[in-house]
Amino acid sequence: METEMDTVYIGKPVNRVDGIKKVTGAATYSGEFKPEGLVHGYVVSSSIANGKITAIDTSKAKNLKGVLEVFTHENLPEALKSNVDYSDPLAPPGKPFRPLYNDTILYNGQPIALVVAESFEIARHASDLVEVTYQVDECSTDIKKNKAKATRDNVEAPPDDRGDAEKAYKSADFKLDVEYSQPRHFHNPMEPHVSIAIWDKDEEAFTIYDKVQGVNSSQTYICGIFSLEKEKVRILSPFVGGGFGSGLRPQYQLFLAALAAKSLNRPVKVALTRRQMFSFGHRPACFQQMKLGANKNGKLASIQHTAFGETSKFEYYNEDVVNWSGLMYHCENVKLDYQLIPVNMHTPLDMRAPGGTTGMFALECGMDELAIEADIDPLEFRLINYADKDQNEDKPFSSKELKKCYQKAAESFGWDKRNSKPRSQKKGNTLIGYGMATGCWEAFQQKSAAKAVLTDDGFLTVSSSTADIGTGTYTVMTQIAATTMGISMHQVSFELGDTSMPEAPMEGGSWTVSSVGSAVKVVCIQLQEQLFDLAKKVHPEIFKNLAHKDVTFNDGKISNKSGESVSFSEVLKEAKKEKLETENTLEPEEEQEKHSCYTHSCVMVEVHVDEDLGMITVPRVTSAIAGGKIINPKTAENQILGAIAWGIGMALEEEGMIDDHNGRIMNANLAEYHMAVHADVQNLEVFFVEEHDDIVNPLGAKGLGEIGMVGVASAISNAVYNATGVRVRDLPITLDKVLTY
Amino acid sequence: MNDFKYIRSENLGESIDVLYKENRSKLIAGGTNLMDLMKYRVENPEQIIDITRLSLHDIYRRDDGGLRLGALATNADTAYNSEVEQQYPILAKAILSGASAQLRNAATNGGNLMQRTRCYYFYDTATPCNKREPGSGCSALKGFNRIHAILGTSEHCIATHPSDMCVALSALDATVNVQGTDGERTIPILDFHRLPGDTPEMDTNLKSDEIITSIDLPEKGFHTNYAYVKVRDRPSYAFALVSVAAALDLNGDTINDVRVALGGVAHKPWRKPESEESFKGKPATEENFGKLADHILEGATGFGTNDFKIKLARKTIVRALREAKEL
Repeated sequence: METEMDTVYIGKPVNRVDGIKKVTGAATYSGEFKPEGLVHGYVVSSSIANGKITAIDTSKAKNLKGVLEVFTHENLPEALKSNVDYSDPLAPPGKPFRPLYNDTILYNGQPIALVVAESFEIARHASDLVEVTYQVDECSTDIKKNKAKATRDNVEAPPDDRGDAEKAYKSADFKLDVEYSQPRHFHNPMEPHVSIAIWDKDEEAFTIYDKVQGVNSSQTYICGIFSLEKEKVRILSPFVGGGFGSGLRPQYQLFLAALAAKSLNRPVKVALTRRQMFSFGHRPACFQQMKLGANKNGKLASIQHTAFGETSKFEYYNEDVVNWSGLMYHCENVKLDYQLIPVNMHTPLDMRAPGGTTGMFALECGMDELAIEADIDPLEFRLINYADKDQNEDKPFSSKELKKCYQKAAESFGWDKRNSKPRSQKKGNTLIGYGMATGCWEAFQQKSAAKAVLTDDGFLTVSSSTADIGTGTYTVMTQIAATTMGISMHQVSFELGDTSMPEAPMEGGSWTVSSVGSAVKVVCIQLQEQLFDLAKKVHPEIFKNLAHKDVTFNDGKISNKSGESVSFSEVLKEAKKEKLETENTLEPEEEQEKHSCYTHSCVMVEVHVDEDLGMITVPRVTSAIAGGKIINPKTAENQILGAIAWGIGMALEEEGMIDDHNGRIMNANLAEYHMAVHADVQNLEVFFVEEHDDIVNPLGAKGLGEIGMVGVASAISNAVYNATGVRVRDLPITLDKVLTY
Repeated sequence: MNDFKYIRSENLGESIDVLYKENRSKLIAGGTNLMDLMKYRVENPEQIIDITRLSLHDIYRRDDGGLRLGALATNADTAYNSEVEQQYPILAKAILSGASAQLRNAATNGGNLMQRTRCYYFYDTATPCNKREPGSGCSALKGFNRIHAILGTSEHCIATHPSDMCVALSALDATVNVQGTDGERTIPILDFHRLPGDTPEMDTNLKSDEIITSIDLPEKGFHTNYAYVKVRDRPSYAFALVSVAAALDLNGDTINDVRVALGGVAHKPWRKPESEESFKGKPATEENFGKLADHILEGATGFGTNDFKIKLARKTIVRALREAKEL
């Protein structure tokens, strides 16, 4: 039995396979490649939000020694102007942003020139010498001020109304009609966006190192703009220093690096500055009207949820904000509405649990407010209204162990010690409050391909064009491949981040494990079958009359039931084959379509509020997650811990401060754009409850990248109310909002 | 970032000489603020003079019982200096509540005095700012001013001084020793920084050819009854919305001496010695703490989103005095 366990890695807290590389600097990130003759680009950004460039004088910059070229809309090659497709696979409806396309300014911080020089320092200095004159038009970035411009055009309609929500609301015993809002959030991964483009003039082909969450998207984008076949554009992205959604769409540095590399026939690196990391997609500002009604028995009678989200003047960014309100709780009368308000900002972009963390903030605060109104414990209130099926889609869940989450979290946290009366727990100057919320996120599976190659030294290499944005893709895929194949993890290498590999979806939506992981599992089974066919040929005496299911693959060997075995390497050597190779593309199965697939969680938090000074801390967070099968408890917990930290930042700190007078972000740096720091993050406790799911995908695993964040801000807001009696509906909950004097 | 010349100075006289002769020069030591400002083009010196080799690093006891802090001693070395810890714990606490460990390791005491405001508009050359570009206007007046001043403001500037260290230095009545072409002079800490008035571009009264050589702390360190309370938007790596350094010299429950200095509320660390004076000999009660706070905050005015600071400052002063008393 012991040897049998040797190559079972799924479910074990395996260390990261790339951990040593990362801590020793051996992991090469996109901006760290040094092709011969590399030159550096520095982006010049607009200082107005709306208007036109009336003049752009680059002569001083060009005269500086070491400057090779300054690219602007005035010298953009004609070939990139007419009828060129600038879209990418995740482009929402509208016209994608085209860098340097013309003199029009669409948002503040828009790239308007690229200075390319022999060194970064020269390029940066020269960027200051570019002189720009604008025609400044009035700008508007505040969505509330622009509510009259809200539109349902190009908005993906939320689920249909059910029942008569307004009528049910009128006759409900307990009512809530409030508005919640949140500001813009900026992703700010540690590693800024960067691209190094290399143009092969003879082959007319690009090789590009890009910081991105999926190389195929960058490939599509570059092929569209430069009218190239896929074979002529290779994108590599072996390591990514955090994404959080910021790398889901190709960013402008990719285009600029490619443009410059091709024009100058030199490898060009363009890295964005921290300030420029605030100059593209972001989590949109949003305000939401939540109208809830419940009856005396605690049952929800009516849910009406309307959200107004931000979008740009050129694209219609959509996210599912209100859908959750029709999904989470059983209710016969539901009306959901989602509208967009275009303002002078760049198009928003998916950011960790997009829509979900926004919509669930309003819903889970609303549920808390209504429970208090009805004098029912907030946890009990959720159990009374538990949804056993997805009423939005009228489908059963593939699995939903949310009740286990509630139970586990409540037990460990000590929810029963909560006093429902605000300001009832106090130590010295500190008010203590408890709050909880439910979390939910989609358990997607996307079409994914993987390739497996077994060489005659018994080494397995599995590859897929997916990414590892710090989530642990390298590690879990190695675990899945090793476990499935029955081989030591040391004998397995997983490769990713290269368009020459079988195509995987973007790493986003928490779907990489379920999609790519399932493809890896299936391709390894396929490889086993081929290996077994070969084994039967070279060792008929061992495997005669046996089928694939009759033998075991373990410890790098195929064994029959009486224990006779042959190693993978022997099979290949004896068959005189250097390698076995197979590829597979996996799509979600039909059975999955008949079900609704979601991860769930329960978050409970304790907050401390200084009664006089308003300062809020979160000493304790408990998160119980139902995420299907957990492939690696260590990397899984890591994801949840990080997501909770994000939730704390969202609740208490994060706010992109856009000055409506000029549309500029005024805190575009990590000192003033506050996000949670170590001192914010205290005792975090994560549980994964048992959840069996045969339907969601062949692995039974659901994604975990986003679920950990959903509900955290609501739980904190609810706890702040419990502590202070002050209900803050506008994020972030800064200290001035809870002061009662 | 502009092209600039870099020179490393080996002696004080030479540094002063260069400062005097080339007025677009800037001194650099830890560089934790200047480098940022240069990258943002807020500061555009033609030359930077590296003074880290000057012998201004020592912290030592003076004959009068006070302590001298070298201008080039780092914030970290100062905060963890055993004499500072024992005799002036209010200073250690203030320093350690600022910035981050990494920044404190690099930042120097002289640099801390010279750090510039964190006003968002001062940092962004695309917006008007009278401090950065005199006469261009103050964007903060009608913009984001939640972190801005409530005391001593002018129509030209409502920025605050961001230092924690200087707040404690003010409470301790420190003096700043400087040297220039005209020789040495000593500036009381309360006269070192300026209010904006109609020259917000001038943060301090340091002359353009002068270098801070050291900071002197008087003997009296209030180590038995002190507090530094910093109210901020996150528990670390955030500037003060309001901070209070409070020190008490008590005779039983009677106030012999009291010091209250505020950070985050004005263009300079805010102290009102005349208010303190009127509470000497009075009982150290919550009520008197409140009255003292009201005195100190007399005339405080908000600009919209920072209105909350006025009452918050009062609460913070009372809290700090209570903590100091109960220590």
